This record gives sequence, structure tokens and C-alpha cells, in this order.
Amino acid sequence: MTDRFRRFFHRLRSFFGRTKQDRELDAEISAHLELAIEENLERGLSALEARRQALVRFGGQRQTRERHREARGLPLLETLLQDLRFALRMLGKSPGFTAIAVLTLALGIGANTALFSVINGVLLNPLPFPNANRIVAMFQDKPNFPKGSISYPNFLDWRQDNRCFASIAAYRWADGTLRGTGEPEEVRAQRVSATFFSILGVRPILGRNFTEDEDRRGANPTVILSEGLWKRKFASDPNILGKAVNVGGAARTVIGVIPTSFRLHIQNFKTADLYEPVGQDEDEKFHRRDSFWGMDAIGLLKPGVTLEQAREDMKRVNSGLAATYPDIDADIKANLSPLKEEIVGEMRSVLLVLFGAVGFVLLIASVNVANLLLARSTGRRREFSIRVALGAGRAQILRQLLTESVVLALLGGALGLILANWGTSAALAAVPRTVPRAEDIGLDPRVLLFTLIVSVAVGILFGLVPALKISGTDVGASLKDTGRAISMYRSRTQAVFVVGEMAMALVLLIGAGLMIRTLAYLWGRDPGFDPHNVLSFGIDPPPSLAAQPPDAIRAELGEIHRVIRSTPGVEHVSFDWGALPMASDDEVGFWPEGQPQPARQADYASTLEYVVEPEYLQTMGIPLLRGRFISDADDKRSERVAVIDNSFAQKYFPGQDPLGKHVKIFDFDADPSERTWIAFTIVGVVGHVNQFGLADDATQPLQAQMYRSLMQGSDLFTKNAAQGLAVFARFHSSLSSQAFFETIRSALVTHNGQMIVSGNESEEEIVAHSIANQRFSMALLGVFAALALLLASVGIYGVLSYLVGERRQEIGVRMALGAKEVDVLRLVLSDGARMTLVGIGIGVVAAVILTRLMAGMLYGVAPTDPVTFAMVALFLSGVALLACYIPARRASRVDPVVALRYQ
Amino acid sequence: MPESKLDLLQGTLDLMVLQTLAAMGRLHGYGIARRIEQVSGDAVLLNQGTIYASLVRLQQRGWIAAEWGTSTNNRKAKFYSITKRGRKQLSEDAAYWQRLSDVMGRVLALPEGSNNK
Repeated sequence: MTDRFRRFFHRLRSFFGRTKQDRELDAEISAHLELAIEENLERGLSALEARRQALVRFGGQRQTRERHREARGLPLLETLLQDLRFALRMLGKSPGFTAIAVLTLALGIGANTALFSVINGVLLNPLPFPNANRIVAMFQDKPNFPKGSISYPNFLDWRQDNRCFASIAAYRWADGTLRGTGEPEEVRAQRVSATFFSILGVRPILGRNFTEDEDRRGANPTVILSEGLWKRKFASDPNILGKAVNVGGAARTVIGVIPTSFRLHIQNFKTADLYEPVGQDEDEKFHRRDSFWGMDAIGLLKPGVTLEQAREDMKRVNSGLAATYPDIDADIKANLSPLKEEIVGEMRSVLLVLFGAVGFVLLIASVNVANLLLARSTGRRREFSIRVALGAGRAQILRQLLTESVVLALLGGALGLILANWGTSAALAAVPRTVPRAEDIGLDPRVLLFTLIVSVAVGILFGLVPALKISGTDVGASLKDTGRAISMYRSRTQAVFVVGEMAMALVLLIGAGLMIRTLAYLWGRDPGFDPHNVLSFGIDPPPSLAAQPPDAIRAELGEIHRVIRSTPGVEHVSFDWGALPMASDDEVGFWPEGQPQPARQADYASTLEYVVEPEYLQTMGIPLLRGRFISDADDKRSERVAVIDNSFAQKYFPGQDPLGKHVKIFDFDADPSERTWIAFTIVGVVGHVNQFGLADDATQPLQAQMYRSLMQGSDLFTKNAAQGLAVFARFHSSLSSQAFFETIRSALVTHNGQMIVSGNESEEEIVAHSIANQRFSMALLGVFAALALLLASVGIYGVLSYLVGERRQEIGVRMALGAKEVDVLRLVLSDGARMTLVGIGIGVVAAVILTRLMAGMLYGVAPTDPVTFAMVALFLSGVALLACYIPARRASRVDPVVALRYQ
Repeated sequence: MPESKLDLLQGTLDLMVLQTLAAMGRLHGYGIARRIEQVSGDAVLLNQGTIYASLVRLQQRGWIAAEWGTSTNNRKAKFYSITKRGRKQLSEDAAYWQRLSDVMGRVLALPEGSNNK
């Protein structure tokens, strides 16, 4: 072992100390020769003869040096370096070729690196939690919502009865109004079970996690701050523990600080500024088995338990609940999925489709460079023939050529890395909130390794065909340099390349075309309301308001409404409590008049519920179809009224006039003593609003929508509304939504300094965000397809130019024999057209197979949509013919005399 | 490990160099070459330059040492001498060669077709 090491060390040293050793050997050789000459002279030979014999006896000095080098050095490394140096020299000699090849490869490799870094960050990297593969997301599967909310009593029973989880923890949104520390403001707050952070393996940097004792009603109210909030609002106060903070109108004692490194974004949970124990909720309704307050859970599987076992176990738990609470839990189901699936969601299939697409771009880039190398080989054929004649083996030439192409690819890879790094951050910034785990995306060692491997593989891939062709060249033939047969052979290879490029470009263009059609379809869909010039934001009145009598609250809400209404530029305003279009869902159980009351609560029909004001319809631009909307006259003293949408009418009053009919709603919001079924008279029918986003609304089972008057809410409801409401305001089209929001905000803060106004977003943004995934896919596929189109056009242009150059003589002869410019033009164009059409034919077949993979991303268009296929094929043919036209034109201008003299 | 003909020759030459240095003491490259020529004629050394690859190989293995010095007639030359490790190697290799040549001698001494008689 040490021996081998010593030898290697010697070899390495002589590898680097090459020149010194060479000089020593030279000195040794001359000493040798002098000694020999001296001896020969002593033997009586003439000076000349003595020298001659010494040289003869010594033998070839060159071979001696080479054998010496081989014996002492690292021959493989040395050859490699020699090849590398030679490759760099050759590339440096033709900077134009090198620049184009490197740039082409950089685009291809860069696009792949960028997408791989996204896939690596989102799909491959484990979640940043110690037991990530044992963490499961839990939902309650309900008829209208497979990922529905869990009620707190059900959650407690799940936790107690299951046998396969080490622990489960619930979480939901919380009121994050923060007062008493600087400016009042709304921060993100979450309520979590005591074990929430320990399941995720997150440790506070200060203080401790919640305890089970804190996680129940009547416990001392506590709060955990995030590191960010602690720094920003409390100047990183090291003595923060034990201090009181006013959150959501109540004082809470700080018990810990959670590090910034903790990040999680799933349904109903987003990394927050502060956390409260979920079980402390004093609201009686929260603890009802039939309330669904937007609460989900995570669970930590016991070691060795599979997800399947957990699902079986939860079935057992739920059948127990169904037996105990048949009225509510009759059909209760648990929906379990790995936490990572939950975070990544549908992005997985999108990313894989995009990765396939970007792979095609790289292939096209490689083919282009291979074509360039083939064309270049014309000029180098003699160079290699001479080397072969001088004794270089085929393997040596192959090695040299492959070294050159790998060097090219590595240069391209290095540049591609820079492009990818820059492009990824630019792309992620352009589509915020679309890609999950965006913070985990970056160039880590795995991405660098990927780029290296791809570069080397691509270098060999595109280098191999030209290298095999050149190194297989018949020496004698190319030295004689008629070269006819060879170039015919090569042009066939080039034609195959072009056909392949066209086919791949067609597949990508069709993919992009399908996404464009999808987007056009989605944008063309009627959202059911007019999102232009509508602003949505939230208000949190001071906590003292909720403590006042209901009528005072109603009066103050009316006052706030007037303040907003009188802001310059406001056209219509409405509060909304309940569901918000494309932003948040709220459902209520009911039964329509004339039908028997269902025996079990689980059997009631469901409708989305919007509790609004009279101007809501004008604010949102929703059409009134029949009857009237809610009016100012519908208040606490008058008959309770409801307005339904046409889906509701069709589903529950088919073929009848719904006006004047009644629906009965269980009044959750009444005081517990006076809860009852309340009848609402239907006074109007309005258009259906797209609640679940442009892409997904039609596939959601819950379609019925109902509007009620905010001013007809019960006293308890009014108290809840006083703690926070959503506001929609339609403004004059001359204003920008941001400026408009600032005007309203300052008017409201002037009205009451303790008011918090936050979360503004224009309805246009909300609508656009509902199809963010599709826009993301379209943008990337579009970029890739454009790149493919450009590269393929350059490819066909290059090949035709080359062929025209080769056929100059033939064209000259034709023209001398009377062919017209048009004939030549047609001759060359038909060559290009043949390659294009064959490519498109193959591409169509490939696309029919491949676009099926993106069926899940498409809306309103079939994966094999004939219109898209035809348009794209026409478009690509047009571009390709345009690319062919330039060389064809050049050919038609050939002067027969010059052409015939050529060669 | 299959040995090529060249490897076999290399090994032979290396062993001769070691033996020469063991027998003659400190020598320069020319001296070693001449000595081998005198003993073996041109059977091993096709030409004298071949010796230098062998010398550097032996040096790297630590079997011989080298230093620049002056020859008897005041010429600067590189002198080689066998090391302790080299002597050990020489005795092992010499024994191996002896055994091999005995075996070869016996094998080649078998009369042709002897099993028929």
C-alpha cells in the first residue's frame, strides 16, 4: 500500500516537475554520449566515427525520453492535458464557432439546470424537519370538501383513539391584531396544538413550546413569537419571556420565540408572526362537534407504521365516532397524505412535464452543435487524414475530438450555470406564491453535479456522431480530396438531425400552444363578477367595539361604511362576512321549504354563504336575474330575507319559481339558549359567482350560493363581525388600486386611530392568482418552445446553407443549362421543405403520445386538439421555410461561371 | 495479472540493473549499460538508451538511489547505487528467476512425444 502510494507520489511529482526532470535526463544523456565517445576515442577511432558509433549504440533519443516519461509520470493524465491544451487551441482558433456553440449549449444546459434546481428544491430535497417522512397531513373528508375542516371535539377523539400516531396536532387561523406595541397592526397569527412544534422538530430559540396544560379552556393565555416579530416589534428583547402582549384584543404572556428558519405553508397554515394554543379558545361554538372552523391537523406516525396502516386505523376510529354520534359523525372520514405531497401538491406533475420539455430544448441545442461540428469537419478532414497518415490511431483521433466537444460542453455548462442562477431567481420573483418551497430552491452540490454530468454527457452525445464520421474517414480518399461521397454521407446525417430538431420543436410548440389555448379559455371564462376596479381589504375595528351593545356596534359599522363610501373615487362599497370569491370559503347547512327535515344533521344540504350589504351586487358587478337584492330596509326588525344564485335555484327549486320560497338555516350564531331553525324568504336570484377560481370552479361539488343581509345578523353574529370584516370597494377607473387603498386607509385611521386596515389586494390580482399554476406552466413552456423554435430554425438554416455551398457546382451547371432563378429557388426550398415536413410528421405522432402527459394541466382543450396541432404545424412550416429562403435565395444568385470554376 | 512480453523484458532488464549495481557498486548509466552489454551481448539491450526508463522506474520504487557526481576522467554524471530495499528485492527476484529457469529447463528438456513411448 505505502509502496503504491510512494510510486504514485513520485509520478505525481514528476508530472508536475516535468521540465526539471527532462533537463536532468538531457544532461544524463549527453554525459552518457560523452563517456561513450571518450571510450571510443581511446579505442583509436576517429573523432567522427567515435561520435557516430556512440549515437548508434545509444539509439533513438526521442524514444528514450518518451519511455522515460512514461515510466516516471502519469501517461493518462498527461495525454488528457495534451488533448485539452490542443482542444483549447483549436477552439481558440475559431472564436466565432466556439462562441455560437458555447452559447447554444449554455441556453440548453442553463434551462435544464434552472429547472432541475427547482425540481431539486421542491421535489427531491427532504422537508427541513427531522422526521419529515413520518409527518402526515390530516383533513376531514366531507361530501363537498375532500380536504374539509376537522371539528375540535372530533380532533380530540382522533387524538385519543388512534393507535398509530405518536402525536397529532391541530392548527387554524387566528386573529393577529397586535396592539399596545407601537402602531396597531395586523400580523399573521396561527393557533396550534401543544405538540405542533415538537412534531415538526422545531425548537424555540428562547423559552419553550406550549404544554398540554396550556392547550385547554381556562388556561393562562400564552403566546409564542416568531424571531422576525421579536426582532421587529420588540427589538430582540432578551427579557421578553413573561411579558404581556396584546393579541386579538386580549393580553397574552410570551413564553417562547420560534426561529426564522421554521417555514411551512399548507392549507390553513402559513408561517406566522405569532402562535397561540388552539385549545384555549373560549368560544363555545368552537368546541361543538358540528362546527367546522377551518381547522386541519398534522400527525407524526409511530416509527415503522405505514400510511396505509394509519388509514386503516383511522377508519376504525371513525366508525367508533359514527356509532357514538350518528347525528353528526355518521359518514366521517379522515383524509391522510404525506406532508410533502401536501406541500408540493399539483406542482409535481407540472414540473415533470416542464422537465421533459426542457430536455427537448437541450437535445435540439446538442443537435445544432453536432451539425456545426459536422460542417466544421470539412475543413479539418485533411488535418486528421495527415495525422492518420503519420500514425495516429482511430482511437486517438476519436479521443481528441471528444475532448474538444466535452470542453465545449463544459464551457457551455459553466455559462449555463450563470444563466440558470440568474434566470431562476428572476423567474421565481416574477411568479410569487406559485412555486411551493421557493426558499429551498438554489444551486446546491446536487444541482452542480447535475450540471456537470449533463455537460459531459451532452459533450459526448453531440461529439460522438461527428467524431465517428471523421475518424472513420478513408485516409486515401480524403487526402485526394474529391470528398464527394463523404459529403453526401454527411449531408444525410445532417438531414436526419434537422428532421429530429423539427420534430422536437413541434412537440414543444404544441405543448406551449395547448397551454396558451388553456389560458385563453380560462381568461375567457366569466368569473361571474367584474373584477376590474374592485379592491378587497380587511378591517379590524378596535377591540373595545365588540364589548359594546349590538345596536351600538351596528351603528359604528354603519359609520365605518359611510367613511369608506365618502372617500373620493369610491363608487360602491360592501362589507362581506363569510365566503369571499376565489379567496375563502364558508358553507352553511340548510333545508329547502317543502321538503321533510332531514333526520340527521349530516344530511342537510350545503350552500356557500355570503353575509353582505345592499351595494354588494353593484360593487362586484354581479347581475341580478330575478326579484331584488338585499336592501337597506332589510334590517333587524323586518322579515329575514335571502338571495340565491341560479345554481342554487336550479338544484333545489328545479322548474319552480324560487321567489317567495323559504329555506331554513340552523342559526349557529344565536345564543346557545335560543338556537333554532330560522326561515329565510328568498327575494331574488343572481348570477353564479366563480368561487373556487377560474380553473377549478366547475369541478367543485359545492355550487349553491346564498346571500344574507349583514344588518339582519343576530346579536352574537354582530359581536363577531365587530372583530373583523372583509370590505369590497369599487373605485373610479382613473385611480390605481394601491393609491385608492392608501386614501381609504388614511380616512379610516383618521376616523379611529386604533383601526387596523390590511391585506389589500385588487380583485384582478385575486382572479389572476386563481390560475397562477397555469400561467406559470404557460410562461415556462412558452419560453422553452420559443428557444426550441429559434434553435431549430438556426439548425435548418445552417444545414441548407451548407448544402447550397456543397451543391454550388451542380447549381452552376443547371443554370448554365438554362435553369431559371425560380427553378433553383424551388430546388433548394424543396430540400428544406422535405426535411421540415418529415420532421413535422414525426413530431405530430410524438406529440399525440406526449401531450397526454399534460392532460391534467389543460382546461377547455383536448391534449390532441386538432386546431392547435394544425396551427402549430403551419406556423413551424412557415418559420422553417423562411429560414430556408435565405440560403435558397443565395443559391439562385449563383453565377454559373464562378460556380463552375469553383473547386 | 497477465504480463505482456514488454513487461517480461522490463522485469528482466530491471533485475539485470539491480544485479549489476549489487556486483559493481556505484555506477553511472553508461557504465551500467556497458556492463550489461559485456555480459549479455545485445540480447537484452537493443540500444543503450533503454536503460534510462529502467533506472527511473527502479528509483521510484526506492530500490536504487541516484546522485550527481564526477567520473574517473572528471566528467559530470549521475551515479546510481543499490539500496537496502533494492538488495532485498534482488534476492527475492533472483530466487524467483532461478526457480523459474529451473522449471523452464526441466519442461523444455522433456523429449517430444515422450508420452507415446
